[in-house]
Amino acid sequence: MLEARKKHARFLFLFIFPAFIIYTVFMLLPILNSMKYSLYTGDGLIPTEFVGLDNYVRLFTEERYSVKFWNAFRNNIKFFVIVTLIQNVMGFFMAVMVSRSFKGNKFMRKLSFLPTTLSVLVVGYIFKLILNPYYGVFDKFLEMIGLESLILPWLGDPRTAIYVVAIAVSWQFFGESVLFYTSGIDGIPESIMEAARIDGASIWQEIYHIILPSVLPIVGIVTILIFIGDFTQFDIIFAMTGTRGDPGYSTDLFGSLFYRTAFASSERGGWGTGMGATVATMMFLIVTVGVGIFLYFFSKKREELEK
Amino acid sequence: MINIKRTAQRGGLYLTMILYALTIVIPLFVMIMTSFKTNAEIFRNPFGLPSSFNIDAYVNLFVISNYEKYFLNSIGVTILSLGIAVTLSALAAYAISKYKFKYNRAIYIYFVLGLVVPIKLGTIDIMITMLRLTVYDTLWALIIVYIAMAIPLSVFVLYDYIKMVPEELSSAARIDGCSEPGIFARVITPLIKPGLAAAGIISFIPNWNEFWFPLVLIKSKDNYTIPLATGQLFGQFDTKLNLVFAVLSLATIPVIVIYLLLSNYFVKGLSAGAVKG
Repeated sequence: MLEARKKHARFLFLFIFPAFIIYTVFMLLPILNSMKYSLYTGDGLIPTEFVGLDNYVRLFTEERYSVKFWNAFRNNIKFFVIVTLIQNVMGFFMAVMVSRSFKGNKFMRKLSFLPTTLSVLVVGYIFKLILNPYYGVFDKFLEMIGLESLILPWLGDPRTAIYVVAIAVSWQFFGESVLFYTSGIDGIPESIMEAARIDGASIWQEIYHIILPSVLPIVGIVTILIFIGDFTQFDIIFAMTGTRGDPGYSTDLFGSLFYRTAFASSERGGWGTGMGATVATMMFLIVTVGVGIFLYFFSKKREELEK
Repeated sequence: MINIKRTAQRGGLYLTMILYALTIVIPLFVMIMTSFKTNAEIFRNPFGLPSSFNIDAYVNLFVISNYEKYFLNSIGVTILSLGIAVTLSALAAYAISKYKFKYNRAIYIYFVLGLVVPIKLGTIDIMITMLRLTVYDTLWALIIVYIAMAIPLSVFVLYDYIKMVPEELSSAARIDGCSEPGIFARVITPLIKPGLAAAGIISFIPNWNEFWFPLVLIKSKDNYTIPLATGQLFGQFDTKLNLVFAVLSLATIPVIVIYLLLSNYFVKGLSAGAVKG
């Protein structure tokens, strides 16, 4: 028996080792190493001069850094709030409808997930072209139905651009929320729904007292996934408003800020590797703290509901 | 009275579903149809079907750019990285779920943690490591990163499949003198084929569409993948609209086809994850 255990131990190691090493070295360690680089400064690709927390001090006190950082922070929160409202709130009600039994219900489930499978880059480009002021189909459509007064320079106006970008992302990932919520609703035992209906519960009562409590953990998962995705989102900005988050940095998110500061030349907004790593570390902190807050909030809510 | 209310509800439901379906389909429809129009027609007739299905844009695309090369690069990177990732993950998931030791749970959680770790934030170090390994600006750099990215989800999916294989099968094989790797290859693998397929298929989409790492790690045109080529060609074709739409359609159609063929895998795999998570 002991012999067999020893043999197992060897294979245990052999089987786990390759996946463990690749995953650790190329996924987890790079984040830790980037934190290390944030403590160094230098002109080359690899910063060599140790400066302690100086990069952080400069990020928050020197205007050329701090203005961009807080701008991206504000934009990112705005972006996250819009996407969450659309995907979580509208997505939830859509899921309630999709999960009813009706003709074509299977087809709708399949179709709703389709946009999620596309590349974010392509979705960004499609929306950019559709909203183009010269040949975009959307403005032409508004003209056709007599609503040309509503036409705006969608991506050209700093006041509207961030909303447009957030809607494009929501269009793409809406189906993912719908899929998650419908699978939660499918999991509710039919007998409970049936009993509620016999007692004459309205659809709103059914939603509030039965559906919402049982999908609440999924609301938590969806919110956290959106949060992580949005605070590292880059592709949609690259496609729709460029790496500087045009117009006038009004759509600059952390993802595009990180790209510019870490990987662009200094003429194009680069801040050097040390400073880029500092931005990455701050993003990691924000994401971790945010996820922690959401986990705490949703587990509290869950306890309340289970009482 | 109740009947009228019910009918109205039904009507509202169908109307919402139709509108929802249209918001999904119209942008994709516009993209594909526009790619078959001439530039003049795009301005003259923005909504309708093209007067004739003009494939000049696609022909031009292959003449002007090295599109077939980018396509092959993407296929090579995807197959190699997913194949390796799924194999290594199956081995790890097998050891974690079948050999009892002190840290089973801890190692499992360690792997699954990767599902929420934003790997993008380690890009600076990944780039430096790739330079040191002298694979920067080669497809190998992408393959390595994509293997790492696919491991957490694959371990997560395969763990459940392997857990369901009855212990007696491995014990019986062991008594018959089968070696541990032999048990994995001849007893476990045939039984978890659906799991292997599911893991590969779910990781296929993010892998095929990934844009950030080629943007940072690839400089030579010869090593472009489809997403990077899409980004570069989009800027280059600026005013040739039908070409632009052809580029977008070509990047999209393979994914749509694969999704429609295998959608059950995606939906099942992903929703299982959501409900469990």
